[in-house]
Amino acid sequence: MDLDFTAEEGEFRRRARAWLAAHVPAEPLPSLETEEGFAAHRAWEGELAADRWSVVSWPEEYGGRAAGMVEWLLFEEEYYAAGAPGRVSQNGISLLAPTLFGHGTAEQRARVLPPMARGEVIWAQAWSEPESGSDLASLRSTARRVRGGWLLNGQKTWSSRAAFADRAFGLFRSDPEAGRPHRGLTYLMFPLDADGVTVRPIGRLDGKPAFAELFLDDVFVPDEDVIGEPGQGWRIAMSTTGDERGLTLRSPGRFLATAGRLLRAWHAHGDPADTALRDRVADALIEARAYQLFTWANASRFAAGEPIGAESSLNKVFWSEHDIAVHETALDLLGTEPGDWTEGYVFALAGPIYAGTNEIQRDIIAERLLGLPKGRR
Amino acid sequence: MRFLLDDEQRAFARSLDGMLTAADTPAAARAWAAGEHAPGLAVWRRLGEAGVFALAAPGEYEGVGPLPVETAVAFVEVGRHAVPGPAVETVTAVALLSGLAELGVPGPAKRLLPALVDGGTCATLTLTGTGTGTGTGTEPHALDADAAGVLLAAGDGEVRLAPGHTDLRGSLDPARRLGRLLPDGEVLASGDAADAAARCALDWAALATAAQCLGIGYALLDRTVAYVKERTQFGVPVGSFQAVKHRLADVLVRLEFARPLVFGAAVSLRDGDRSAADVDLAAAKVTAGEAAYDAARVALQLHGAVGYTAEYDLSLWLLKARELRGAWGGAGMWRGRVLRRAGGG
Repeated sequence: MDLDFTAEEGEFRRRARAWLAAHVPAEPLPSLETEEGFAAHRAWEGELAADRWSVVSWPEEYGGRAAGMVEWLLFEEEYYAAGAPGRVSQNGISLLAPTLFGHGTAEQRARVLPPMARGEVIWAQAWSEPESGSDLASLRSTARRVRGGWLLNGQKTWSSRAAFADRAFGLFRSDPEAGRPHRGLTYLMFPLDADGVTVRPIGRLDGKPAFAELFLDDVFVPDEDVIGEPGQGWRIAMSTTGDERGLTLRSPGRFLATAGRLLRAWHAHGDPADTALRDRVADALIEARAYQLFTWANASRFAAGEPIGAESSLNKVFWSEHDIAVHETALDLLGTEPGDWTEGYVFALAGPIYAGTNEIQRDIIAERLLGLPKGRR
Repeated sequence: MRFLLDDEQRAFARSLDGMLTAADTPAAARAWAAGEHAPGLAVWRRLGEAGVFALAAPGEYEGVGPLPVETAVAFVEVGRHAVPGPAVETVTAVALLSGLAELGVPGPAKRLLPALVDGGTCATLTLTGTGTGTGTGTEPHALDADAAGVLLAAGDGEVRLAPGHTDLRGSLDPARRLGRLLPDGEVLASGDAADAAARCALDWAALATAAQCLGIGYALLDRTVAYVKERTQFGVPVGSFQAVKHRLADVLVRLEFARPLVFGAAVSLRDGDRSAADVDLAAAKVTAGEAAYDAARVALQLHGAVGYTAEYDLSLWLLKARELRGAWGGAGMWRGRVLRRAGGG
């Protein structure tokens, strides 16, 4: 049992640190949930990609560095420690790309991944529908077979990044006759500027258009944009959501950096006599360290060939609640003048809701990890 | 980087688990609470034979250590089985005496360690005053002094062999009987060596207590999961209700995130990574203590009235979880240490 890194891993970390030190913008970019900020973050993705730092864990042919899990986690630590911008390409990189690596064709990977890596095409997710949230398998948007492809109809909602993104991916009901709700779904990619697509941005709590509704009216999608076999979409998507909750959506680097910022704020502004607040600052540091060590344990299991399955639900509950607690503590310490902490707070509030609500995660933990009987939800 | 127990460490855990299951530790804990030490001391000797008390001592004093990771492995099992007696205190005493030897005061180690290391006797100790870097009064109580063959008092620049103890009073956990050590007695070491050894001892106390809490938490969770699968109301197992499931899911989340802190602290301590160890040990102590206590609260609630009885074995873990939350320094002290050692201020 050890926490030692190889010489190669150490060298990788040093190179990442040096590049970031030379390139991270001195001033924070405008909020990526605004048109101006979205464009600035897109340009930053291009700068990362120019030196192969945007998708380090991907194979080199798609713009990556073939970095292993440990190197990726080290990169993430360095990235957020350097105060680098949020990743506007996150949905594509952490959700769609793993799906293409697992289920896509070589042609799809060659066509979709390099522009994603360069930030030229930014992806939004299109999972939820007005009547299908936690019960995603009840979704009603359809994909109807036509010559050479499919026609999409229906409505998607809470589609993160869709207000300004270029393309989207999601599940559609392609076989309404299939016996069970999670059968007969197909995983498709489509352009957000296609004929028949209407994007209506939705303001989140602070009014910024962080997500959107999508109205689809006979949107044509060619066969080449179906991922995996038609009808197999649920199985394919579940392999993606496991990634989303698990190791790859929220790396410890983000939380370590945020806890470090909180510690500096405490030393600068905290009242040592306020032990209640002091304890919350300590908990922020403790939890970030716990998440880091938990992730190293999971990365070790992954390297040993053990599957990471329902355990990813433990992750999701932990980081989402931690993120809110850290930001609440910062606001209690510093006040609520608009800035990084308030923007981060608003973003953190969404954590227990997206990527499978924490109630769904607790059901998964109870049933799959503790072996408790299924019951009515 | 391989942050996982190896096969040998897992086998060690399994063998202790098997041995302690066979030893009927709940019965030994109940006897211990009644002042009858024989069954508990029998368990003690078997822990000694398994090498548990040798883990903190170096080879020249019949130890096999220092092995903090294996110590954490062992104390998870000690907690899981509600083993009675001053186990943390004995390992801490072993670390204290080993630390003194390393600091150039080998006499006490030569004299006292062999009997502690082989499980022939147990030790208790207190840590008071200054010198530990954590403020005063870290652990003023001597646990189970009437069962201990070695009574050590550390702090204020001194390590002393106490001449006796006050009458023991129970605690909330009847199997943990607390007293005070009498003043005077033989001074084993003084000055910087005594302070440094006391700081080293506190590291091991924090580690062993945190690991014990982790084992207690998992025992409470496992017993409660089993209970809610069996217990039916409204015609179905109560464990099928979401309100019940979610509380147990939260207990698992807390324990699963406490575990890497405990083993991370052990690795930092083993590697002599002082700055990491300072933070990790404190983090482990707070987090495992709170997670075990949380598990106790949920276990009691989900067992209902039967869990609230002294007769039912759940009480052995429930009350120990509450006691250990404050043993070797409460959460506030350790959180303060996290902030001080994490940089600045």
